[in-house]
Amino acid sequence: MPIQSLNGALRALLLVAIFFAGVWSQSSGVIEDFLWYLPDVQYLAVQHLWLTAISGGLAILVAIPLGVVLSRPSMARWAESLMQVLNVGTTIPTLAVLALSMSFLGIGTVPAVFGLFVATLLPITRNTYAGLKGVDPALMEAAAGIGMSATQRLLRVELPNALYVIFAGMRTALTINVGTVPLAFLIGAGGLGELIFTGIDLYDPVMMLSGAIPTALLAIVVDALIATVAFLVVPRGVNPARA
Amino acid sequence: MIQLDNLTKVFDTPKGAVVAADHISMDVPSGEICILLGPSGCGKTTTLKMINRIVKPTSGKVFINGEDTTGMNTQDLRRNIGYVIQQIGLFPNMTIEENITVVPKLLGWNKARYKERARELMAMISMEPDAFLKRFPSELSGGQQQRIGVARALAADPPVMLMDEPFGAIDPINRAVIQDEFLKMQQELKKTIMFVSHDIDEAIKMGDRVAIFREGKLVQHSAPDDLLAAPKNAFVESFLGEDRALKRLNLVKVKDVVSDEIATVKPGDTLETALARIDDYGYQNAILMVNDQRQPVGLITRAKARTTKGYCRDHFENVPATVTLEDDLRKVASLMFSQDATWLPCVDDDGRVCGQITQRAMTHHLGSRFRAREAAARNPDSTVEE
Repeated sequence: MPIQSLNGALRALLLVAIFFAGVWSQSSGVIEDFLWYLPDVQYLAVQHLWLTAISGGLAILVAIPLGVVLSRPSMARWAESLMQVLNVGTTIPTLAVLALSMSFLGIGTVPAVFGLFVATLLPITRNTYAGLKGVDPALMEAAAGIGMSATQRLLRVELPNALYVIFAGMRTALTINVGTVPLAFLIGAGGLGELIFTGIDLYDPVMMLSGAIPTALLAIVVDALIATVAFLVVPRGVNPARA
Repeated sequence: MIQLDNLTKVFDTPKGAVVAADHISMDVPSGEICILLGPSGCGKTTTLKMINRIVKPTSGKVFINGEDTTGMNTQDLRRNIGYVIQQIGLFPNMTIEENITVVPKLLGWNKARYKERARELMAMISMEPDAFLKRFPSELSGGQQQRIGVARALAADPPVMLMDEPFGAIDPINRAVIQDEFLKMQQELKKTIMFVSHDIDEAIKMGDRVAIFREGKLVQHSAPDDLLAAPKNAFVESFLGEDRALKRLNLVKVKDVVSDEIATVKPGDTLETALARIDDYGYQNAILMVNDQRQPVGLITRAKARTTKGYCRDHFENVPATVTLEDDLRKVASLMFSQDATWLPCVDDDGRVCGQITQRAMTHHLGSRFRAREAAARNPDSTVEE
């Protein structure tokens, strides 16, 4: 009982605090300042999402087959060293990748998409590879023993059992991707980075936050979206979320 | 049905070539269970896995139903061989029904047929289809999972089954239950089965024949009773254990040893009659009292019959235990020890006395094989009488 009443008191206090914060922001005009940027935010958020969708989509299309190929027994000799190369790739800061891709591809959307693509590719490949390698060898023996071909084993046993790990990779990669897109502004590809970096340069915190807050919200939404897809797509028997 | 011809596997390891299976030749007749038995690393599993090419043979041939499998397509070969492994290997992403119907689907059965087959199999392994078919493997106990593993192997009704320590990971109580269920199924299905085990008791219980392996070689291949009675060499003897004569108790049924000569008294007889009959038949302690249906109802002890007068019905003691013709001698021996008895009455299906089994008869029966073997060793030319 005392804990419940304490909770109730805290909740009431929080509501009061939110109310006064609202009163303050209304009276000081901050809300109006933010609303002034709304058309910009809408336009740039769409651009932002496009950059994520194209670079992330391409990354998924390339990374999963790459992970599958690397996990094949015939590739065993090369796979580990290639994964090491990819791991080293992951440690290069995204800003550096963008700078490099700008030096080769110039300014605009194409080098930005390419840089984001490279940064997103690695986590997905790594998780696909690890997920497939992590499938219980006993399952593979059973699948082979009852007469499945290599392709049937991949499609019916390996991929379904690795799917949860693969989705975890996509979730991490795409969330980071959304958070990295603002850097693309620096090589002229637009996105919410336009408000963030301009805001910083102009010492205008409202402008900066009108870029930063939607970016954070987008990242959360993308994360939740992929989590939902994973929940629906990963078979129930191997889905910890539905156990 | 399964015939191995000089099957050999050499593994190339950094330390040099290791011969895992060395010119293994053996036959498993149709409908029999052959147990491959031996310590770990003896080549039994390698031999088994060469049959469905999970392990590729270095040389030698496998014939199934008289047909050389060397030229067969690996997938076709495997789809016609049931395969059960110790780790069970059910696909966790599939429901029980999907797991069971994997092979029928691979073979292109239509939906109605494989769904029907799944229900049939569930009934066969005595699991309720409606309760289990839509569940996932992780929701089942280990014992239930391995039942499904067996059902999956049986799905397309393959004539041949390979089982790699199938019941090894199951707790002892469940293991005994599953073994019994499996043997009962096998009596109807009559599959030809190769079965790897490292448990001598399991081998004796399940096997029509037992093949003992050591360091890649097949040492002895014979029926469990022959194996226990006549181990070929010191290795087999030590592997079977010093209590191998006791292990034979499992294999001999009461009906093999029972003597149908048994004297009884009726409740209406006098104790004098009982004493006279005890002496006539040379019984030491007691005589059995039966009712009009010849069902055992009591025991008249010799001491009582000698010192007391009256009718049997007033002076009997309880029958300690009875055995049936289908019981094995292990149970009989256990009953005798626990009841401090030297003989037990044997009853038929209707509970009527049909004979007796004595400790003497048991030891004689078990010893005859050993004596025959020693006699043969002493005098190789003489024919052995058992």
